Amino acid sequence: MKEKDPSRRSLLSLGAGLATLTACNTAKQETPSLLGTPPSKYGARSPHEAAARAVPPESKTPSTGASRTPLQDTYGIITPSSLHFERHHAGVPDIDPATHELLIHGLVEQPLVYTLADLKRFPSASRIHFVECSGNGRSEYSGNLAPDPQQSHGLASCSEWTGVPVKLLLAEAKVKPAGKWVIAEGGDACRLTRSIPIAKLMDDAMIVFGQNGEPIRPEQGYPMRLLLPGWEGNTNIKWLRRLNVADGPAMTTHETAFYTDLMPDGKARQFSFELEAKSVITRPAGGQKMPGGAGTYEITGLAWSGRGKIQRVEVSVDGKTWKEAELQQAGFTKAFTRFRMPWTWDGGPATLQSRATDDTGYLQASADEMLAVRGRNYSYHNNQIKVWYVRADGSVSHVAQGA
Amino acid sequence: MLRRALKFAGIALLGAAAFGQEGRIGKPAGEDKIKAMDITVFPDGRGLPAGSGTAAKGKDIFKAKCAVCHNDQGQGREGQYPALVGGKGTLNTPKPVKTVGSYWPYATTVFDYIRRAMPYDQPGTLQADEIYSVVGFVLNANGIVGENDEMNATTLPKVKMPNRDGFVPDARPDVKAKR
Repeated sequence: MKEKDPSRRSLLSLGAGLATLTACNTAKQETPSLLGTPPSKYGARSPHEAAARAVPPESKTPSTGASRTPLQDTYGIITPSSLHFERHHAGVPDIDPATHELLIHGLVEQPLVYTLADLKRFPSASRIHFVECSGNGRSEYSGNLAPDPQQSHGLASCSEWTGVPVKLLLAEAKVKPAGKWVIAEGGDACRLTRSIPIAKLMDDAMIVFGQNGEPIRPEQGYPMRLLLPGWEGNTNIKWLRRLNVADGPAMTTHETAFYTDLMPDGKARQFSFELEAKSVITRPAGGQKMPGGAGTYEITGLAWSGRGKIQRVEVSVDGKTWKEAELQQAGFTKAFTRFRMPWTWDGGPATLQSRATDDTGYLQASADEMLAVRGRNYSYHNNQIKVWYVRADGSVSHVAQGA
Repeated sequence: MLRRALKFAGIALLGAAAFGQEGRIGKPAGEDKIKAMDITVFPDGRGLPAGSGTAAKGKDIFKAKCAVCHNDQGQGREGQYPALVGGKGTLNTPKPVKTVGSYWPYATTVFDYIRRAMPYDQPGTLQADEIYSVVGFVLNANGIVGENDEMNATTLPKVKMPNRDGFVPDARPDVKAKR
């Protein structure tokens, strides 16, 4: 019997089903449906979306500069790779992964080279960590407050990174007892170099080749970068080409002339690696407008600490009292943590701020408290509380009305 | 029996390979490769190449290769390109000026940075003699070395920079927030 053919039978029943549908739904659709686009090889976002990195103004040296993540336009804790902030000092190099090599030498028993293919033979690990430029929020020290979260905190992003623990490579090379520091060098045009205490490389440091499920972006160090969870971005050497095990630091430009912080007495703090607990409200925040009048809103933002996990985030809407916010995902160490708090806006002026506490017990301080200790010449490592002002007309600003 | 013994030997060999030298993933790097890639310079002078120069010889090189951004005497331009000279005595004032002369603790770093990163649009193009001369020029412009003082792998680490003792270790966490 022909009816035994299963494909024929299902076609028949589909026909019956369609007939039923037609019978029940005789009215035309309001507008005719348009056939959608076919599958594509590499997806793009909706043409209705326009969130973008903020790029610096035109300059005669355009390859040294930074672009900032639009934190106010991101959800959850992962920054899309295409929106991860950039900071590079001699442009983004174009490196062929087939010929790129990483050299480990210096105070080791056996100098070794690794290709990308070699790294992928090790047991890999994937971890969610933020990367932050220690210059993030720099202008706030001088009282030059940034107008929105992208300008104030956008030199921080968070990704899932995949790679190899550095200690596995150092174990193969066998570090000599005198090896206390590692001079890490990038393959960019300026061969950017930082000295790293070896204890960090034996701890949670990784050489990563994956970012959010795909190869790391060229701006992030393709084909491989150093990832030092929780440490200032500049030490996370991109386009990594060399690890020189040494008995002391090399005192490179980027650990002497730059990334050091002047104290009021004229002495400068050096090797300030860890990024302290920080938070920022990303909505409602400077540059935005409350979408309706008085009523219920959600206050949301991001918190992170280079020393561990975010334990608590408190939010204030009156400039005086604090209330604990809900943490969306506690538990990731040295990673963005999303916080939320429902808020009933009475339609009048409000002062919004957040402060984070990490699992070392450290509590984020106010601008005044930081200035009292560090003074205005301190330039990097600013984690002061950020304040937003909601005005009666619904606009949100970085400065108080009449200030 | 023999088969079993062979199999056992095979497993033992595999185990040895995984933990021994044969199991290592990195490939040995020869002296040539290390020499070609290693440009680290340490503050005690290790890593500085052969060659020499003086401020006098560096004047024209600086003018040709560096002055477009840093200006003829290293005074910087337009507030956009950093000054390399001046600023002494400003670090504890409301307007600190951080230059090679006022801020940089080691003369070796000047050599290392120029070799790595300068000129901005043509890094890696200067020869060792040229770099030593440009270093001499910048240090001389800051009054740190004489015009004809020879800069080389022996003399450079001995140059005492004015802010050599200007750095202290990170003291954070230093701010105690009031709850």
